[in-house]
Amino acid sequence: MIVATTSNIENIEKQEALGIFSQMLLIRRFEEEAERLYRRGLVRGFLHTYIGEEAIAVGAIPTLREDDYVIGHYRDHGHALARGIDPKAAMAELCGKSTGCSGGKGGSMHLFDIEKHFMGGHAIVGGQLPLAIGIALGLKLKKLDSVVMCFFGDGAVNEGEFHEAMNMASLWKLPVVFMLENNLYGMGTDVNRSRAGGSSIYGAAEPYMIPAVQIDGMDVMTVRETVTEGVAKVREGQGPVFIESMAYRFHGHSMADPSNYRNNEEVQENRARDPIDKFRDDCIEAGKIDDDDISLVAEQIDLLVQEAREFAEQSPEPTAEDLYTHIYAEPEGN
Amino acid sequence: MAEMLLRDAMSKALREALDEDDRSFLMGEDIGAYGGAYAVTKGFLEKYGEERVRDTPISESVFVGAGVGSAIIGMRPIVEVMTINFTLVAMDQIINHAAKLSYMSNGQMQVPLIIRTVTGGGGQLAATHSQSFENWFASVPGLRVVVPATPYDALGMFRSCRKNNNPIIFAEHALLYRVRGEVPEEYYEIPLGKARIAKPGTDVTLVAYSGMVRVAEEAAAKLGEDNISSEVIDLRCLSPLDLDTVIESVKKTNRVAIVEETWKTGGFSGTIASDIQEAAFDELDGPVIRINGPDVPAPYARNIEQLMIPSSDWVVKSVKYNFGL
Repeated sequence: MIVATTSNIENIEKQEALGIFSQMLLIRRFEEEAERLYRRGLVRGFLHTYIGEEAIAVGAIPTLREDDYVIGHYRDHGHALARGIDPKAAMAELCGKSTGCSGGKGGSMHLFDIEKHFMGGHAIVGGQLPLAIGIALGLKLKKLDSVVMCFFGDGAVNEGEFHEAMNMASLWKLPVVFMLENNLYGMGTDVNRSRAGGSSIYGAAEPYMIPAVQIDGMDVMTVRETVTEGVAKVREGQGPVFIESMAYRFHGHSMADPSNYRNNEEVQENRARDPIDKFRDDCIEAGKIDDDDISLVAEQIDLLVQEAREFAEQSPEPTAEDLYTHIYAEPEGN
Repeated sequence: MAEMLLRDAMSKALREALDEDDRSFLMGEDIGAYGGAYAVTKGFLEKYGEERVRDTPISESVFVGAGVGSAIIGMRPIVEVMTINFTLVAMDQIINHAAKLSYMSNGQMQVPLIIRTVTGGGGQLAATHSQSFENWFASVPGLRVVVPATPYDALGMFRSCRKNNNPIIFAEHALLYRVRGEVPEEYYEIPLGKARIAKPGTDVTLVAYSGMVRVAEEAAAKLGEDNISSEVIDLRCLSPLDLDTVIESVKKTNRVAIVEETWKTGGFSGTIASDIQEAAFDELDGPVIRINGPDVPAPYARNIEQLMIPSSDWVVKSVKYNFGL
């Protein structure tokens, strides 16, 4: 079913509103800084930004408990930050430093923070879905009521691993919240040119008997309310749910993207729906926050991002010895 | 000391895992109601229940990945992929995920996952069901590869695998399930990465693993009839590889032949041959001989299938010809 935008700002307190705004802004400013660092040559490899899609991570992830798990794809900065990963450790990772959250071995696409149950950015499209199934199975076997929230994009839906994962999650009634982020392009290929069913995907859950909804992923309150309800259902042990968040990425697929597959009008139209601006305006209109609140939050975020950048720039690179650590468990165990 | 089939040694190994460790469970195709394609898990479903003996859909990628996912949150899954040919369908999960998570997370994650699978040809199952890919897995950092040749080793090494915190490919040769061997009642373990001298000798070293150990032993017996003394080394594991035992033997015999079932091109024998000449070039009285299956897909017809699997006569002929013995 398609859920209409039900953005209910009235239900939240001022502090909550500021928290949501602050988290979205942190992701935005963090990634803008990462892009500057990329242009300066301090970040290399692939850098995929989440700019435009922040409402999904911020609407969804904070609805979870600490003992729940988050796993996702390579466009992972937003998920990691929304789960509470230290921006310093994340920025250091992007810069390939030993203080990074993956010791400088993972880079932008492979952020990990196991203490926070952030089980990774994964960079093979669809590959994280079987892992999410396994985490959920482990939780079930341990008889815990934790859930797994698994993020994936519209491109992953055409992978065999997606269909295998959907079938097994439903068959075994596993506690998985499938979070489809449909930004309409698999790298540079329009979803209408890659999927027989067209750009609306949530129906793909139907053959697997998984309850599915499609929502406006650029409205953080809609995401939050839908996900809260979905997580509760999954936690009760009724099996997985599937939430398709319609979104749009404002920048290229990665920094290497020439963006010649979509026209400027389309990009501008979508940028006019900026999820951060929308939430800010809605909050102001509802009298939840004012311009002074916003300025204060913006200053705090700028400071956080500046600290993260300085930490990353000043941190040491991995040593030659680090090349050979953690290939295997240490100690191996036998 | 009791005699036991390799199949029964594996059943015992798996029962121990389920009896002794609440975190362990089995998962794979037809391991429960059917009892396992090779009957290793016969009766397990009745004894342990379907939570811990999980029949899966025919979805190798997701059930191997589910093994990885459960391992990273502290379970100790034992996944069965019916044959090594089907691991190809799950290669993304094995190579891109299981083998990488420890390194990419800088040691935050461990993947204590055992993937049991059945390898080898000789059963007239033709090209898609007769392959051996242990060498491929052995080339991937992050994986351990265990290739037992006897019931004693299968049980002893499996016990070590259960204590190991890495993803392990445990490859059981299809034609060895009915092989009988001595297995002591008392508890023992065999550490990973320690090769076994299956037969001591002085004139030539025959290096083998998995199904080819028996071939090498037969060849050694035949060479013995001509007063040529062979030392047979069973590698037991391809990762970690015990090169020291091989080099020590080569220093004694000065001649070495490596017997391997899979194709010669890209075969693990090439890696071992290279390692030997780097470590002990001056000790060699002749070239390092590689006896591998020829680079052809396995055929169905028995007469020509047999032509692609190294035999003891083939080994004898090659050793005599190449070393002028």
